[in-house]
Amino acid sequence: MAEPILDIRQLSKSFGALKATDGVDLDLVPGEIHALIGPNGAGKSTLINQIAGTLRPDTGTIRFLGQVINDLKVPERARLGLGRSFQISSLAPEFSALRNVMLAVQSVQGSSFRFFKPVMRDASLIAPAMEVLERVGLAERARIPVAELSHGERRQLEIAIALALGSRAFLLDEPMAGMGPEGSKTLTGFLDKLREEAPILLVEHDMDAVFALADRITVLVYGRVIASGKVEDIRKDPEVRKAYLGDEQ
Amino acid sequence: MSIALLLEQILNGLQLGVMLFLMAAGLTLIFGVMGLINLAHGSLYMVGAFACATVAAWTGSFWLGLVASLVAAAAAGAIVEMTVIRRLYDRDHLDQVLATFALILIFSEGTRWVFGSLPLYLNIPDLLRGTIPLPGGGRYQIYRIAIIAVGVAVAVGLWLLIARTRLGMRIRAGESDREMIAALGIDIRTLYTVVFAIGAALAGLAGAMVGALQSVQVGMGEPVLILAFVVIVIGGIGSIKGALVGAVLVGLIDTMGRFLLPRAFSVFMDPSEASLIGSAIASMLIYMFMALVLAFRPRGLFATAK
Amino acid sequence: MTMNRETIVNISLALLLLAIPLIALQLNSPFYVTLATRMAILALAAVGLNLALGLGGMVSFGHAAYFGVGGYVAGILAHHAFSGLPLDFGLFQVPGTNMMPIIWVVAILVSGLLALFIGAISIRTSGVYFIMITLAFAQMTYYFANSWPAYGGEDGLSIFVRNQFPGVNTLRPLTYFFICYAILLAALVLFAAIRDSRFGAALQAARQNEVRVATVGINANRIRLAAFVISGMITGLAGALYADLNRFVSPSMLSWHMSGEFIVLIILGGVARLYGPVAGAMLFVMFEFLLGGMTDRWQFFLGLVLLGVVLLARGGLVGWLAGRARHG
Repeated sequence: MAEPILDIRQLSKSFGALKATDGVDLDLVPGEIHALIGPNGAGKSTLINQIAGTLRPDTGTIRFLGQVINDLKVPERARLGLGRSFQISSLAPEFSALRNVMLAVQSVQGSSFRFFKPVMRDASLIAPAMEVLERVGLAERARIPVAELSHGERRQLEIAIALALGSRAFLLDEPMAGMGPEGSKTLTGFLDKLREEAPILLVEHDMDAVFALADRITVLVYGRVIASGKVEDIRKDPEVRKAYLGDEQ
Repeated sequence: MSIALLLEQILNGLQLGVMLFLMAAGLTLIFGVMGLINLAHGSLYMVGAFACATVAAWTGSFWLGLVASLVAAAAAGAIVEMTVIRRLYDRDHLDQVLATFALILIFSEGTRWVFGSLPLYLNIPDLLRGTIPLPGGGRYQIYRIAIIAVGVAVAVGLWLLIARTRLGMRIRAGESDREMIAALGIDIRTLYTVVFAIGAALAGLAGAMVGALQSVQVGMGEPVLILAFVVIVIGGIGSIKGALVGAVLVGLIDTMGRFLLPRAFSVFMDPSEASLIGSAIASMLIYMFMALVLAFRPRGLFATAK
Repeated sequence: MTMNRETIVNISLALLLLAIPLIALQLNSPFYVTLATRMAILALAAVGLNLALGLGGMVSFGHAAYFGVGGYVAGILAHHAFSGLPLDFGLFQVPGTNMMPIIWVVAILVSGLLALFIGAISIRTSGVYFIMITLAFAQMTYYFANSWPAYGGEDGLSIFVRNQFPGVNTLRPLTYFFICYAILLAALVLFAAIRDSRFGAALQAARQNEVRVATVGINANRIRLAAFVISGMITGLAGALYADLNRFVSPSMLSWHMSGEFIVLIILGGVARLYGPVAGAMLFVMFEFLLGGMTDRWQFFLGLVLLGVVLLARGGLVGWLAGRARHG
């Protein structure tokens, strides 16, 4: 197997008596979609938050591109190339789709401490942003304020922002949630191609999408990895069926 | 510097702390339950003082005045809550600040309209007149001791109210989850009015008690309000325990700073200069203390989980 | 280039403010020149606050601190220029001055330093904490000014002769109005530039969604702190001008009523709108003047009007005239 881009070892995090993450090992190699599944409250979002840097793990290491990133803050991890989309979309609602992406482009280009040049006349911001919006199929909606975009369009926009950041790995937290069948289909097709760009750690409840997309699956229950491997192995795993898939299917 | 003098200053600090607690408890309760920042809390303090002074002057009884202060402040609080404050719960903090700032203008100018610009005076009741001896030879006003006692009683009462009664249970539920409390079938509008009126009554009580120590005048609530803000920032917004600890700390630090700093400075400089510089720095002491607390605990000493 | 409605409203407001003193002189009532100067200076102070509050979402209830400190810089430097004695900092001595450009630079620097200190502590918090902490720190400066006897304490400090600007006679009310008006326009240009810049984009995004800003790799607090300092500097400059207008500084410039007034100006005019502070200051000063002429109780009615604005008419005057804000 290729050298992992993201490598998590023995990660643990407790909230009081509750072990939200319990000795988790997980990695992400180039070109793959690695799905993270588990029942509600299994600790998937807690895990994603620790990888992205909004939560601090109690013990264990998170290695990204060979570097231990435990002590880096969210903006630093983002600059290293950890792109993230949120379970509940997290965008600047008054800004247009374009300006949301431009903010990412501006961050990649370096300093935000430039006080005079108007951004809306800055081709070096607009052109790359438009290019990314084109790729996710939002070019026609570029000038629409986020508050007026549909749910699915916001998801696409979040991914566009991660793309604009030149992310080396994507953490996607339930990108299909709240989407209609049509939107899920489009997004599935898009993610399928996105993995070529950078590997994806995908948290998702939509099992059709997970089985259609994932190269590997890790199952999390009560903060612990109960199974991890190829899609077919996970499908057959009796413990997984008992703990999780049994309820769902 | 004698022990008696020091003891007197400590008691003064406690008395200021207790006063601040009465203000801060209401503010922090209102913020904790309703999420509202109320600048007009100082106006309710003023209402309490004016009600007490007026009724005491009419009837000759401080005690009737004290009752009047509670009633008037609670009523003013309830009316304001039902007419204005209620519309602000879902607004952002900026709107709350502005609307309650407007209320201050209305209250202050309205009071000046009714009572004129001259301060009123309120006498200490006969029962609490006089002094008691302190260890070390000094004497201390009974009235101030009584204020401290009232503060302690209110703290205990509030604790019982919140920990032991049905109303307290509802208040605690409202703090943690507005939807849950609605689901419990509690009339949330009435609850909010009651909480606001309780906070107002405590502010009114504080105003009435202090009215007998200082003059009763328009604007008297504002310095106290700002100190109460410092108290709840230090204690942690939403925490009654934090309000109590913060109030006593602020009361002691402010009083002791004003007392000790000029003396400390006179050790190494000219006494008149030491007194000027010492008291100027003492006036900033609690704000420095606040900055220090925030540097280590940005959400205050007893931050409520969010 | 076609002008949108807001641009037309803005130009009209700028012209209207310019017209007031000119018409006043035609009618031989110089008092209105002073009134217009007051509008321009309060508008400038509120432009500063608008940067923090409007663009950055930082509800500072303590901008009187920078306003007052700017005022005291003007007052103290003028005081020493008048007495001929230098300011004594122990290790070194600095002479006073009555030259406005120097006073302005010092006022900007000192208020910027104060904003850096207060901002660095306050910005770690948010919401109500931020409001209360900025208020508390402003009160600290207020009480300090009250108890520090060297410059008048609670009685304040007079500037016996208005400070000088090279080449013009600042004692002429119209000249002084033009100085203040020009500075106001310059500050508005600066505000617009910052709003449209990369810095402004990050600042406004941080107000709308802090998590988003962090996730694209931008440190929101650094952006906020820089905005807060620039904001304090502009308001500090306004304070220096205000001291020269009244030829007097006192702790009341530092009081929380002043801070409240700045917020009121912004809300009356329109939050985050370029000309919101200008519209707000013109309305406020006019209101104060007209109502103050009719009744001593004008603040009572001001309170009622404010309540009405908050509860019923959101968006302020510019919002009402020019429609919803546009964000490109």
